[in-house]
Amino acid sequence: MSRLHIKALCYQGRGPFNLTVQAGQCVGLSGISGSGKTLMLRAIADLDTHSGHVFLDDAECQTMQAPQWRKQVGLLPTESQWWHDTAGENFTSAVELTLLKRLGFDEDALSWQVSRLSSGERQRLALARLLSSRPQALLLDEPTASLDSANIQNAETLIVEYRRDTGAAVLWVSHDMEQIARVAERHFQIHHEALKEQII
Amino acid sequence: MGVIPLSPTDLALASFLILALAWMSYRLHLGLEKRILISALRTTVQLLLIGFVLRIVFDLAHPAWIALMAFIMLMAAGREVLARQKRRFKGWQGFGLGVTAMFTSSFTITLFALSAVIKIEPWYTPQYAIPLLGMLLGNTMNGISICLDRLTNTAWQQRAVIEQRLMLGQTSVEALLDIRRDSMRAGMIPIINSMAGAGLVSLPGMMTGQILGGNSPIDAVKYQILIMFLIAAGTGFGVMIALRLASRRLFDERHRLRLDCLVSKK
Repeated sequence: MSRLHIKALCYQGRGPFNLTVQAGQCVGLSGISGSGKTLMLRAIADLDTHSGHVFLDDAECQTMQAPQWRKQVGLLPTESQWWHDTAGENFTSAVELTLLKRLGFDEDALSWQVSRLSSGERQRLALARLLSSRPQALLLDEPTASLDSANIQNAETLIVEYRRDTGAAVLWVSHDMEQIARVAERHFQIHHEALKEQII
Repeated sequence: MGVIPLSPTDLALASFLILALAWMSYRLHLGLEKRILISALRTTVQLLLIGFVLRIVFDLAHPAWIALMAFIMLMAAGREVLARQKRRFKGWQGFGLGVTAMFTSSFTITLFALSAVIKIEPWYTPQYAIPLLGMLLGNTMNGISICLDRLTNTAWQQRAVIEQRLMLGQTSVEALLDIRRDSMRAGMIPIINSMAGAGLVSLPGMMTGQILGGNSPIDAVKYQILIMFLIAAGTGFGVMIALRLASRRLFDERHRLRLDCLVSKK
């Protein structure tokens, strides 16, 4: 059970932003392209320099080692990256087979060549990889952008269940207002200077 | 038998080869003719100069002059490492990094060879110290510039991969591991190849020189083996130091990839 709390977060001339995602809650984040949605997720994951504070429960980001922070605050980029030949070698923690099955793969998928995966397969495997490391907060950057409707539904259900089971806080960036309405409890639109809450 | 002295006419004759090469490059639109000619000219002028300088330094045999000469050689090597980088570290770091690595490895190994292996008295005898240092610096410089170039270029191209690994909670060392390994290999391959091919494929330049100079082949070979070992160690340790310094600078204390520490060459 972890709450994600963002206080006066500024990065690259944007902000300050304040936002709280309660434990087990999902907050949708939208905004025109170039509004800095991805940059916000990167700042929260401490991948870019920023000012202000991000808390996971009561623990402030700077009080722990950065790798430890990123294991707990897991960022799923729009385009996943792979550095070893087969999918399984790219998992940084033990693979949870149930996750793979829920996303439509069986065990074989781990021995597949990454270079031959479709963009949708990559996106689903990247989600399985992230969830396998059991983060306490999820920062999802258009996690279903390359998926077909059946797989979108699978992924959405899986993420909803993950946050219910683990109490993880989820920040979900999407262009699709209907998706935000389906998966999120609150919705904010990002502007240069502030977050504006939208009615779902 | 002493070496047969070469006259300026002999060298002029050899220079026709270079002129012919440049002319071919021009005719085939390879665009290399200017660089071929300039570097041939540089080799001539620089070697003639060093010949005179060495004669003076050998005559004086004073540690201060040798130290000055070693310092100039190190600075020139540092400049050369920098010039060969497509993307280099900003400011003094770019220069300092290569110089630190070369200084630490080349100078230590030269000192070791002079005082423990060859045991010449005094250890700074310029006829030994300067050529040894020169060979070590030259090879270490090659290794380090190849390795650094590979490291910074790959890090630049694989930015997304490195950051993906960081996102998954890997440390900066883990996230850069494959690239470091690859860069180390790139820097070491030339010397490993030349050790493996020595005698079979190529007769190393120093050995050839000694044999041409009338020394016994066996003595020349023994020296060549020594030199090979020294160069391999110098290059290897130099590359390791440079890699360590450089990969640290690519990240900040929060394990963020900081490519803003690099500038690309115009």
